Amino acid sequence: MEADYKVKLEVFEGPLDLLLYLIKKEEVDIYDIPIERITNQYMEYLSLMKLLNLEVAGEFLVMAATLMYIKSRLLLPADQQVTDTEAEEGEDPRWELIRQLVEYKKFKDAALQLGRREEEQSHLFPRQVGDLGIAVEPDKPLAEVGIFDLINAFNEVLKKASAREDFREIYEERFTVSDKIEEILYTMRDRVEIMFSEVFTSVSSRAEVVVTFLALLELIRLKRLRVQQAAAFGEIQVTKVTTSPSP
Amino acid sequence: MTIELKQIVEALLFSAERPLTLKEIRQIIAEATDDEHPESVDGFRNVCDAEIAIALDAVKVDFDFQQRAFQLVEIGGGWRLMSRPEYAPWLKKLLDEARPHRLSQPALETLSIVALRQPISRADVAGIRGVEVDGVIRSLLERDLITITGRSEAPGRPLLYGTTQRFLEHFGLRNLDDMPKATELRAQAAALQTAEAKAIVAPAELPLTPELTLPTPGPENEGQTPTTPQSN
Repeated sequence: MEADYKVKLEVFEGPLDLLLYLIKKEEVDIYDIPIERITNQYMEYLSLMKLLNLEVAGEFLVMAATLMYIKSRLLLPADQQVTDTEAEEGEDPRWELIRQLVEYKKFKDAALQLGRREEEQSHLFPRQVGDLGIAVEPDKPLAEVGIFDLINAFNEVLKKASAREDFREIYEERFTVSDKIEEILYTMRDRVEIMFSEVFTSVSSRAEVVVTFLALLELIRLKRLRVQQAAAFGEIQVTKVTTSPSP
Repeated sequence: MTIELKQIVEALLFSAERPLTLKEIRQIIAEATDDEHPESVDGFRNVCDAEIAIALDAVKVDFDFQQRAFQLVEIGGGWRLMSRPEYAPWLKKLLDEARPHRLSQPALETLSIVALRQPISRADVAGIRGVEVDGVIRSLLERDLITITGRSEAPGRPLLYGTTQRFLEHFGLRNLDDMPKATELRAQAAALQTAEAKAIVAPAELPLTPELTLPTPGPENEGQTPTTPQSN
């Protein structure tokens, strides 16, 4: 069995994935999981992953502890068990885990079917909304003027941020473009437009200004946001490209 | 040439850049004006939903019967003209492969959970999948397949997510009921499933006092101490 593992190790997204795999591999009934056997297998896989220097996320260890706990509850005679405040009287200790596994498996199946639909749908094309690869984009002239105005506006904000910077405290703050993207989108959730300067109101350091600006550029590239100017060299307006939520 | 309702519907579907709902079609036809030839437009002004539904069906049948390269598809809560799958290779070339990449399995799983349990918080999604979903949620947001739909009332007031119109169109779904496993997994159904499944795992069948057995020496029992009960 050891030789098997070395040749065919599959990398798992998470503990539930691994458990489902083991259940399938061991051909056991998901509604009647043999906890001892599955726990042993699970622990073997964990040590194998560590051996191969694969990162074992915290969730795997939490699940290991959960399996041990369930196993312990199954081993103790009923009268010696500590009552679990969350479980019902006389409830199978495996119940919550089984419920979670069954539910996850159903979502996995749904995802598989969804993937097939994606594949089918990708062969159908509607009337194009100006995204043609070989067509000319009419938006271009506006964008060319736009980028220099954007950089200009960015420069203004950067100057203000530098003036405000507090040099007494030095602490490392990591800003990621992804975080800022989400933040900008959230700030705009109820509004269709916002002024360029408003995007930077809560921003304090130079580094934060840069990352926020990059996030804004990324959102423009992704066509989630649009930038417009009412007058040449005027204040820049950031507008949401509208999306309606599903019915 | 006398204009038929189905031809008007066909013209609208041909020019639209997104799915049109039946209501929208009716509204357009009811409100359209033609100063030079008011008679033709007025004739259709009082058309009702049922007539439009018949016209839509007639258009669909026509295209199928005539073996046109396009077809009428019900998608994203409305109707849209789309090419048939056989012509994909040529259309992909026309679009210069500008299509976004297919989603990964974790992304599809996360998306399915949001689609079937919306509105749902990031933490609840992670709870179902058993892993962190931050990166996936972010990329699904960026691809406009999910969106923030509000905030939960729960402590910490976490953000709630739901699917978008683009989500329906990307997967060719008519509506959320069209989702795979919608009947099984949508919120109301889930509670019922839980109760049913619980009955299968009957506590009465479990030995609450496991029998102590001394394992017989054999290849599969090597290394095990005699005091450990087998709970298989």
